[in-house]
Amino acid sequence: MTALLDVRDLRVTYGRRRGAFRAVDGVSLTVAPEETLGLVGESGSGKTTVARCVAGLIRPDGGGVHFDGQPLGPVGRRPAALQRAVQMVFQDPRSSLNPRMTVAAVIGEAWRTHPSAAPGGDRAEALHRLLADVGLDASTASRRAGDLSGGQCQRVSIARALAVSPRLLVCDEAVSALDVSVQAQILRLLDDLRRERKLALLFISHDLGVVHQIADRVAVMRRGEVVEEGPAGDVMSAPRHEYTRALLDAALDLDDGTPEQTGTTRDFPA
Amino acid sequence: MTRAATARAATAGDAAAREASALTVTDLTVTLPHPGGRVRVLDGVSFDVPPATTVGLIGESGSGKSMTAGALMGLLPEGATTTGGVVWRGTDLLTADAAHLRRVRGRQIAMVFQDPLAALNPTQRIGRQVGEIPRRDGLSRAEVRRRVIDLLDRAGIPEPERRMRAYPHEFSGGLRQRAVIAMALSGNPSLLLADEPTTALDVTVQARILALLRSVQRAEGLSMLLVSHDLRVVSHVAERVVVMYAGRVAEQGPAREVLRRPAHPYTRALVASVPAVRTRTALADPLPGAPATPAARPSGCPFHPRCPLARERCRTEVPAPRAVADGRRSACHFAEEVLGS
Repeated sequence: MTALLDVRDLRVTYGRRRGAFRAVDGVSLTVAPEETLGLVGESGSGKTTVARCVAGLIRPDGGGVHFDGQPLGPVGRRPAALQRAVQMVFQDPRSSLNPRMTVAAVIGEAWRTHPSAAPGGDRAEALHRLLADVGLDASTASRRAGDLSGGQCQRVSIARALAVSPRLLVCDEAVSALDVSVQAQILRLLDDLRRERKLALLFISHDLGVVHQIADRVAVMRRGEVVEEGPAGDVMSAPRHEYTRALLDAALDLDDGTPEQTGTTRDFPA
Repeated sequence: MTRAATARAATAGDAAAREASALTVTDLTVTLPHPGGRVRVLDGVSFDVPPATTVGLIGESGSGKSMTAGALMGLLPEGATTTGGVVWRGTDLLTADAAHLRRVRGRQIAMVFQDPLAALNPTQRIGRQVGEIPRRDGLSRAEVRRRVIDLLDRAGIPEPERRMRAYPHEFSGGLRQRAVIAMALSGNPSLLLADEPTTALDVTVQARILALLRSVQRAEGLSMLLVSHDLRVVSHVAERVVVMYAGRVAEQGPAREVLRRPAHPYTRALVASVPAVRTRTALADPLPGAPATPAARPSGCPFHPRCPLARERCRTEVPAPRAVADGRRSACHFAEEVLGS
């Protein structure tokens, strides 16, 4: 299958001269239509920088990002259709929404930014349908973002992204700040939406268990490079790179004392 | 002689004294002012931390786990009122005088917080901060230095003679948390209160800090109260767990039994929502809604609006925590059914 998203030899440097830091150093990745690529790594690995390049928030100083065969420039220079096609969901739903805006205003703003995505007919009805799609009742429309729970805010963020009918959702630690019982809801929602709306997901997370649940393929980053990439089951159960093995060894499974758990996890790696 | 050796050498006659070093929280209730009346943010919380045992305090936002830790350390928000008891070595910390609390907090009971950067003074060298209690105890310069080196070494900081001269910003996140643990050990504590001690750390660092906390707890025979939202973390360190929901204890008991065979539907849902790392876990059937908060605590069992087993009785009658198996308590009307299924 041809790639929907094609990141090729991406390089990003922060700072200059002696203070320069190569955050992303030659990263190549692809995401096929309707596929979920999990991008894992520790802090400083460059995974968020990759996400920001894809979203157009950072201009790389080498390599490039193509979407459906077309180059994806930084946000200001991106054709409107491409800008619509790639939407982001951030980690902290509270700080990525204006707390004083009503949910209806948040969605309305997305439609104003992309008039081509705005519903032709009854906006209220389209709004309610969109909210229903992310599991919010119609009454949420008139509430302010600041009065919603973390999970509801994340649903609004997802609705805002979906409002403009994207083809790729970039989720940067989108469930990391949520309570575990709410995290399961949002994961389920993202996966259902991916299938129903034929979306591709670039799902970035430090939580290997969550990535294994949702991703078709996984890429592991360390210090600005992709050290291993492959089908999720292969990478997570038979890692080839020593760093992936170290990450997996350090990652904790729930230890309830049953035999298949002990031995692998009860004793921490040195 | 180490604390562990002391404990081993203890005769039967010392058993009572060791028993007394346990922390007993009884019917702890904390209210806070709220528009529309005072809210019971903690409502009848009871549990023990036995000697030389790690207890995991688990909960989501609004569960009251951090409020419970705050009550133990006297770190409650302005306007809080407290009833019940937090008994440490025969004295109720909720009513003890300030002089007594100064001897207990930071010394007999020491804390390790989530963010090591906030717990360390950025303008002082690590050695000075770790040596603060020994210095106040009147040790000579050379003795303080020896003590600091020993503490840093026990916290797993390599080259302690050199590292003690560093400032916090020169340390990685993992080394900073080790320095905080060294500080906590400097007052010879009997109880370590660790509030989300690895939440701000990367996975590889997290595993090492948890291993350190566990080995220190065992080697020195400490009691530890580990507060965390992360079931995985708690399952690797705690012998007992206390699961909180909406300011109350939902369930408590031996960690492995509670996690393997929960006696409360909330615990069961939490366990089911933890994905495995090496094998693929199907996406869980999630609980509906968000965790209940004490300010909007549902009637009856606070978990009933989200509970797959909820019946009429759950809507009207608050379930009292009761013994459901050996060493296990559950605040579910239908705990036996949950255990049996």
